[in-house]
Amino acid sequence: MRANIFLHEFKMHLRSVVTWSVAIVALILLYFSLYPSFAESAALLNEAMARFPKEFLTAFGMTGVDLSTVLGYYSLVFLFVQICLAIQAANYGFSLVSTEEREWTADFLLTKPVKRTQILNSKLLAAFTALTITNAVVWISSFGFIHLFKGEKTYETRTLLLLLLSIVVFQLFFLGVGLVVSLLVRRIRSVTPYAMGLGFGMYVLGVFGDMLGESVLEKLTPFKHFEPRYIVQQGAYDVPLVLFDISVIVVSLVASYVLYTRRDIPAVV
Amino acid sequence: MIVIEANHLTKYYGKARGIIDVSFQVEEGEIFGFIGPNGAGKSTTIRLFLSLIYPTSGSATIFGKDCIRYGPELRQDIGYLPSEVFYYERMRVIDLLKYSASFYNRDCTRRMYELAELMELELHRRIEDLSYGNKKKVGIVQGLLHQPKLLFLDEPTAGLDPLMQRKFFQLVREENSRGVTVFFSSHILSEVQRLCNRVGIIKEGRLIEIADIRTLQRDNYKKVRVVGDGLSAARFDLPGVTNLECANGEVHFFYKGDVNALLRRIGESPVSDVMIEEPTLEEIFMHYYE
Repeated sequence: MRANIFLHEFKMHLRSVVTWSVAIVALILLYFSLYPSFAESAALLNEAMARFPKEFLTAFGMTGVDLSTVLGYYSLVFLFVQICLAIQAANYGFSLVSTEEREWTADFLLTKPVKRTQILNSKLLAAFTALTITNAVVWISSFGFIHLFKGEKTYETRTLLLLLLSIVVFQLFFLGVGLVVSLLVRRIRSVTPYAMGLGFGMYVLGVFGDMLGESVLEKLTPFKHFEPRYIVQQGAYDVPLVLFDISVIVVSLVASYVLYTRRDIPAVV
Repeated sequence: MIVIEANHLTKYYGKARGIIDVSFQVEEGEIFGFIGPNGAGKSTTIRLFLSLIYPTSGSATIFGKDCIRYGPELRQDIGYLPSEVFYYERMRVIDLLKYSASFYNRDCTRRMYELAELMELELHRRIEDLSYGNKKKVGIVQGLLHQPKLLFLDEPTAGLDPLMQRKFFQLVREENSRGVTVFFSSHILSEVQRLCNRVGIIKEGRLIEIADIRTLQRDNYKKVRVVGDGLSAARFDLPGVTNLECANGEVHFFYKGDVNALLRRIGESPVSDVMIEEPTLEEIFMHYYE
């Protein structure tokens, strides 16, 4: 790790962290401000929901969700938070080293007296710090807004903690996969389509898996591994799938180090 | 002491040729010119020395140490100025220079300000607002602020106005007189001629000649112009004469051989003016370029 690279990288992330955090806080606030009226007319609502086509409910992760309970409602909000977190983390993963190569600043950095592993360490740590700030914002605003809007209702704190604790692994999955893909393709012209593709694509994959009832697709996407509905209903993780995620993270990070330290830095032609 | 050494250095980008079997040495305190047309492999060679890219085969050493294995340590003493400069657009010049300085295990502050003043840099401008020439100046300061012992200059003058070019050459000479070894790649022969002691010529990835500039010029042909009434080209068709041309009583040719033979022939002729010149590097190297 090199403090100067870390600080430089972190500053580069700062604006994006603020933007994502504000967006996520607004998202949670917006949804939870509606919760009191949902809770009031719960019976009516659940009845109405039952009439929706199943595919529609699946697409928004609302099958088998009791929206009248605090965590039932929160699991719905959390799914949207997950989509944001996935795109943010994927974005950092894809841009971690590709941005310097696209903007040709890699020559500057790599001709300095530092090892490539030190560069990657510092960059990863800076991105992880940025993601952790967003993570912390999710924690604070979740607890805050739940308490603000839950009224008389109660909820299981342990289950909420389980949901929130899953964020770290979820973020690292998209960071790691984004990074390793960015090192496998020749050149990334624009990060956004890749990040949207991976983040949103994984979500869609989960939804399709749900609709078609195909378990193979479910095994691939962290949206299924950390499905809020499942965690709320079971009060536990689906442990084998979480372990699968962790091994994907480890493999993609190790592969990234191997690829990055052997990489030819492209030159301006 | 040998500062730079390439041993059968070869680089292929997939199937595309970078450089093939390049070997040479540069001694401490030399200004070594590396010339060749665009795409010949000049930048590839420099990037291999900086371990920005890895060789397909062969090896490169700097200060006697392997460029890859000891890369980070070696780069403490290497300055690099690329032909195209790119920096973090949103940073201010001063912040970029400070960031650059923060990588070295010595205090670069004084030298940084000295160079910035010399190059007339506006330190508080943002990189994105700078013209190309000004970015290049940032590159020069950035490449020299840590007082490197070895400089890699990859077509460094592109984008600099003539005044700045002169300042820059002056700077390189000063650095060199303090013992800094310079590896200077260029396709502009006149600047190599002005600055370098020895040159390597690279063409289509292969090093085709290494020579001392003075010997190259001395042992090469002379450029001769003879003026006189009724001179004919045939009169000067001696062994060793090439590119013989005649127009309006003026005969031009290149000559390589015994100068006495040439002078005798001129002496026998009705000559009103004679000029015998050393050829410029351009003319010497033209046949390498084709």
